[in-house]
Amino acid sequence: MLNLFLIQALNGVQLGILLFLVAAGLTLIFGVMDLINLAHGALYMIGAYLAATLTAATGSFLLGLVLALPATLAFGLALEFLVVRHLYGRDHLDQVLATFGLILILNEGVRIVWGAAPMSVPVPDALSGSVRLVGTLHYPLYRVAIIAAGLATGLGLHLLVNHTRLGMRLRAGASNGPMVAALGVDIRRLFLVVFGLGAMLAGFAGAMVAPILSVDPGMGDSVLILTFVVIVIGGVGSVRGAFVAGLLVGLADQLGRTFGPILLRSVMDASAASQTGRTLAPMLIYILMAMVLFFRPSGLFPARGSR
Amino acid sequence: MLAARIAAEPPRRRAALPGAALAGLVLAALACLPLAAEAAGLPFLVVTATRMMIFGLAALSLDLILGYGAMVSFGHAAFIGLGAYAVGILDAHGVRDLAIQAPVAAGVCALFALVTGAISLRTRGVYFIMITLAFGQMAYFFMVSLAAYGGDDGLPLSGRSTLFGMRLVEGDPALFYLVLAVLAVALLALRRVVASRFGRVLRGSRDNAVRMQAIGFSPLPYRLTAYVIAGAIAGLAGVLLANQAEFVSPAYMSWQRSGELIVMVVLGGMGTLVGPVAGAAALIALEEVLAHYSDHWRLGLGLMLVAVVLLSRGGLAGLAARLAGRRA
Repeated sequence: MLNLFLIQALNGVQLGILLFLVAAGLTLIFGVMDLINLAHGALYMIGAYLAATLTAATGSFLLGLVLALPATLAFGLALEFLVVRHLYGRDHLDQVLATFGLILILNEGVRIVWGAAPMSVPVPDALSGSVRLVGTLHYPLYRVAIIAAGLATGLGLHLLVNHTRLGMRLRAGASNGPMVAALGVDIRRLFLVVFGLGAMLAGFAGAMVAPILSVDPGMGDSVLILTFVVIVIGGVGSVRGAFVAGLLVGLADQLGRTFGPILLRSVMDASAASQTGRTLAPMLIYILMAMVLFFRPSGLFPARGSR
Repeated sequence: MLAARIAAEPPRRRAALPGAALAGLVLAALACLPLAAEAAGLPFLVVTATRMMIFGLAALSLDLILGYGAMVSFGHAAFIGLGAYAVGILDAHGVRDLAIQAPVAAGVCALFALVTGAISLRTRGVYFIMITLAFGQMAYFFMVSLAAYGGDDGLPLSGRSTLFGMRLVEGDPALFYLVLAVLAVALLALRRVVASRFGRVLRGSRDNAVRMQAIGFSPLPYRLTAYVIAGAIAGLAGVLLANQAEFVSPAYMSWQRSGELIVMVVLGGMGTLVGPVAGAAALIALEEVLAHYSDHWRLGLGLMLVAVVLLSRGGLAGLAARLAGRRA
């Protein structure tokens, strides 16, 4: 039981880290540009597809991953230049419609270019083993690598946001955008940097999961919704909130799926417990979100003090 | 009492009358459609028109909160799905009469709207969009994992519902007339609602919530009531959709459906009631036509959406205003 708990907790942390990588960029895009970007999940998908293609072309996952990052960045910048740039300052409804259109275009575009069948990426040989945790308990090395890479990225992002000039502008932009522009910061360039950074982080997350999930045209959509939950719980514009909420959501989801039915077994019979548990588990994170919002309508770490 | 005087001010009816005449004309034309389709040998037109009106009903209900309340709900398809599942689950237990199914569906949806609305409406703007989306997904995943009623695979109905024990909607034309009647009643009822004191408070809160509070109205109960009404009507659309397809599936409540409903309302014209119904008809017609030419029709729809938003000054609202100005 303890072993199962440890494994599921690690899976939860791994999911949480991935959600954090996607959510960190998106929460800054919401916070700094006041832009609701539904197409962010599509960037995660693009990252995964680019990594899959480049890995197949170069024969090395590491090389594929390293090449996929600038490719996703370029894609994100092109998207900002062509479409997203014109949505700043627009009505939220316009942003929803345009980025909803972008999802349709990108999902369908991926289906045209790569086909509807899922692609698979082999786990790189160097990371294909497993590590011993305690006793006989083993955990796949690749998942450990995802957690480590995510934590390192998180640390880098923390340093960037809290200890650099750019980070200062990001935080200032999230708390009061017009004032930052009035003080002479080139806000258009700041927006471009934020969007590119967000695209690259989402692409990185997509590339990292490519070996353990199937790469298919709908993969961005499910992540997008989970990311929204993370951002809402963490507070729009807060990278720290995205980190805490990402782990919270990841753990609640993974532990809920395994231990929900086990806990329910103490109050009802086994078959009813497993049925109820299976039904309730996917809803758990939404219930968590509703609870957080009920007590704190602007999330755990709201970036904007006065709202 | 200033508040009472403002609320009692008679509604302006200047633009309302031609719209009503047009709507009446369209309804009359629609009433002849099954006969015409039969005569022309195109019976599938009746099925398509029925789908258009069902989604028109759903878009109409969304317009009440989106157009008149500025509440951008991204989870409205959940109500369609819940309404459809109310029919499917009651049907699986042998309850096949619309006289029971429809009130249960509307009641379930109203309750879901009351609970989720009470939480969602504590927030505004981007938060509201994301929360309604999340609640929609919650309902979606609930149905996906509800293995007892088909889960992911959906749930076939044993047949169309009866009405007061009679098999009235067996044929497609009969169902068409039922949907037409429901849509007409909903349209008339919502016209009364938005012109009433309640509707004016709702619009006032949309335009300036602070001012409404200053003259003594708390927007929340009005918004929540509108949210519940919209949810119940969308649930009725779900009842009709389940009957039309004789099948219930979680796909009815996917978030893409919610997005399409918003597209219907905005393209048709927010805050016009008739517009979203036309928007629904246009979008479904567009889907049918594009799907006829290519499997990748969603690409065309996406390009159109982006182009409409980018190329219209002041967004879609500006485009609608300019089109309306040209028409006048």
